[in-house]
Amino acid sequence: MIVTIEAIQNEIIDEFSMFDDWEERYQYMIDLGKELPLIDDQYKTDSNLIKGCQSKVWVHAEMKDDKIEFTADSDAIITKGIIAILIRVFSNQHPKDIINADTNFIDKIGLKEHLSPTRANGLVSMVKQLKMYAIAYQTQLN
Amino acid sequence: MYNIENIRKDFPILSRKVNGNPLVYFDNAATSQTPQQVIDCIVDYYSNYNANIHRGVHSLSQEATDKYEQARKTIQQHFNAKHTHEIIFTSGTTHGINLVANGFSSLLKKEDEIIVSALEHHSNIVPWQMLCNSTGTTLRVIPMNDQGELVISEFDKLLSTNTKLVFVNHISNALGTINPIKYIIEKAHQVGAAVLIDGAQACPHIKTDVQELDVDFYVASAHKMCGPTGIGMLYGKEEWLKKLPPYQGGGEMIAEVTFEKTTYADLPHKFEAGTPNICGGIAFGTALDYMNTVGFDTIAAYENDLLQYATKKLLEIGGLKIYGTSKQKTSVISFNLEGIHPYDVGTILDKLGIAVRTGHHCAQPIMDFYKIPGTVRASFAFYNTKAEIDALVEGVKKAKMMLS
Repeated sequence: MIVTIEAIQNEIIDEFSMFDDWEERYQYMIDLGKELPLIDDQYKTDSNLIKGCQSKVWVHAEMKDDKIEFTADSDAIITKGIIAILIRVFSNQHPKDIINADTNFIDKIGLKEHLSPTRANGLVSMVKQLKMYAIAYQTQLN
Repeated sequence: MYNIENIRKDFPILSRKVNGNPLVYFDNAATSQTPQQVIDCIVDYYSNYNANIHRGVHSLSQEATDKYEQARKTIQQHFNAKHTHEIIFTSGTTHGINLVANGFSSLLKKEDEIIVSALEHHSNIVPWQMLCNSTGTTLRVIPMNDQGELVISEFDKLLSTNTKLVFVNHISNALGTINPIKYIIEKAHQVGAAVLIDGAQACPHIKTDVQELDVDFYVASAHKMCGPTGIGMLYGKEEWLKKLPPYQGGGEMIAEVTFEKTTYADLPHKFEAGTPNICGGIAFGTALDYMNTVGFDTIAAYENDLLQYATKKLLEIGGLKIYGTSKQKTSVISFNLEGIHPYDVGTILDKLGIAVRTGHHCAQPIMDFYKIPGTVRASFAFYNTKAEIDALVEGVKKAKMMLS
C-alpha cells in the first residue's frame, strides 16, 4: 500500500517540530542530504539540471508500476537536504497524486524562506520540475 | 583619529537585526549602505522641490535643475574631469558601458580588434561580445594568473594597430585585484586605441583622477559609494563624446525636431534622453560629499587594516582558501572551504545575520579559471569593524563544523 503524500508530509512536520532552533533544523537537513537517493551518474547530464539554482541540482525520474521514482543530486549539501525532503514526499507516488499535492508543509517545517521564487536555491524550480515529470508521465498513462 | 562609532551612527541600517542577530553587512561590493545624509537628501527632494528639470519656467523646476546640475559639478570635481559636460548621468555602470559599446558600433570595421580582460564582470564582457557580433570585430582577452592578476606581458603582445578599444575594470569585483590601468591606458594610446575603465568597484575605495589617468571613458555607479541605486555616471573625453552618436532618442536629447530632421542637443544632454533620475542624481552628489568628508585616504587606510586583519584571521581556519592574492587589492576576500559549496556557507552565515555574496559574482570566466563553481565573497567598507570580522570568522567556523 502507498503511504499518501499527505501522510508523509505530516510525518516530516512532526519530525521538524522537535527542533528548537534553526541550527537543529539545518543540521537535520544536512544529514538528510547525506542520505539522498543518489542519481545514477549516467543521468547527471545537462538536460537533467534544474535551472534557477545557485548550486547544481540534477533530477531523474523513472516510471515503475505506475509510480514515479525520483533520484537526484546536488553539489551543495543544504540543497541536497531540501531535495531529499521533496523526494521523500513525491517519490513512489502516482503521477496524478504528485500533480494534485500541495506544498504547504514546507512552510510548516520552517523553510518558508526557501520558497520565495527569487531565492537562489530554486526550491520553487525543484517542485515545479518534479510536478512537470508527473504531468509528462500522466499524459503517457492517459 | 578615525571615529568608527560616529561613522556607524550615520548608517541607520547597521543597527538592525537579521534572523535575530545584529546585522553584519559584508556585501559592500554588491551595494553599499546609505548614510542618513543621503536619505535626508532624498526625503528633502520629494518633500520640497520635486519637479521636472531643464524645461520648467516655474520656481520648483528651476530649483530641481540647479541642484541636479550642481550634483553634476560635484561629480566632475570628484573625478577631476576637465568639463562638467563630460559627465553623463546614467542608470549605472552597465548603462554607461552599453552606451559606449553602442556608440562604437558605427565606428568599427571588421579588421578591428577589441581587448578585454579575464577579470571582467559580465557587464563588461557581454556588451562587447554583442558589439563584435554586429561589427565582425575580434574580441581578445588579457589572461590572468593564479594570484588573480592580469598577465600584462600578454597584454603587450595583444596590442597592435588593429586594436581600437581596450576595456578593463579598475578593480575586479570577484577578487578585489587593482589592475595597472595607468600602464594599460598609456600602452593602448600608443597604438591609437581608446580605453574604457569600469570603475564600479574602484569608486568606493579610490579617488580617481580621470585627467591624470588620461582615460577616454570611465564609468561608475552611485550605489557602490553610499548613493542610491539606479544612478551612475559616464565620464567621456569631450572629443569622444562628440564623436559618438546618441544612444537613445527622446526628450531632453534634442535641440530641434521636425518630421524631416532632428538636431541633437549639446553635451551632456545628447546622451540623456527622457526625464532622468533627478532625485538619484542629486543624492549621488550628496553621497560624494559625504565620502569626501570622511576622506578617501582615511577610508583606504582603514579598509586596508580590515583586509589584513580578516585575511590573517580567515587563513587560520583549516581548509580555507582565498582566491585573489594580489598585493594590490582592495577590501574584498573571495574564499572557499575545502569540499564545501559556497552556497552552503552563505546560507549558514545568513542565519547568523552575516550578509556575504556567494556564487560566480557575474564573473564566470574567473571561476572557470580556478575550476570552482563560485566563492564566498566578503567585502568590507569603511563602516565595518574588526568585531564584525570576528563574527564572520566564528560564523565560517560554525559553517565548517555543520557542513563537514
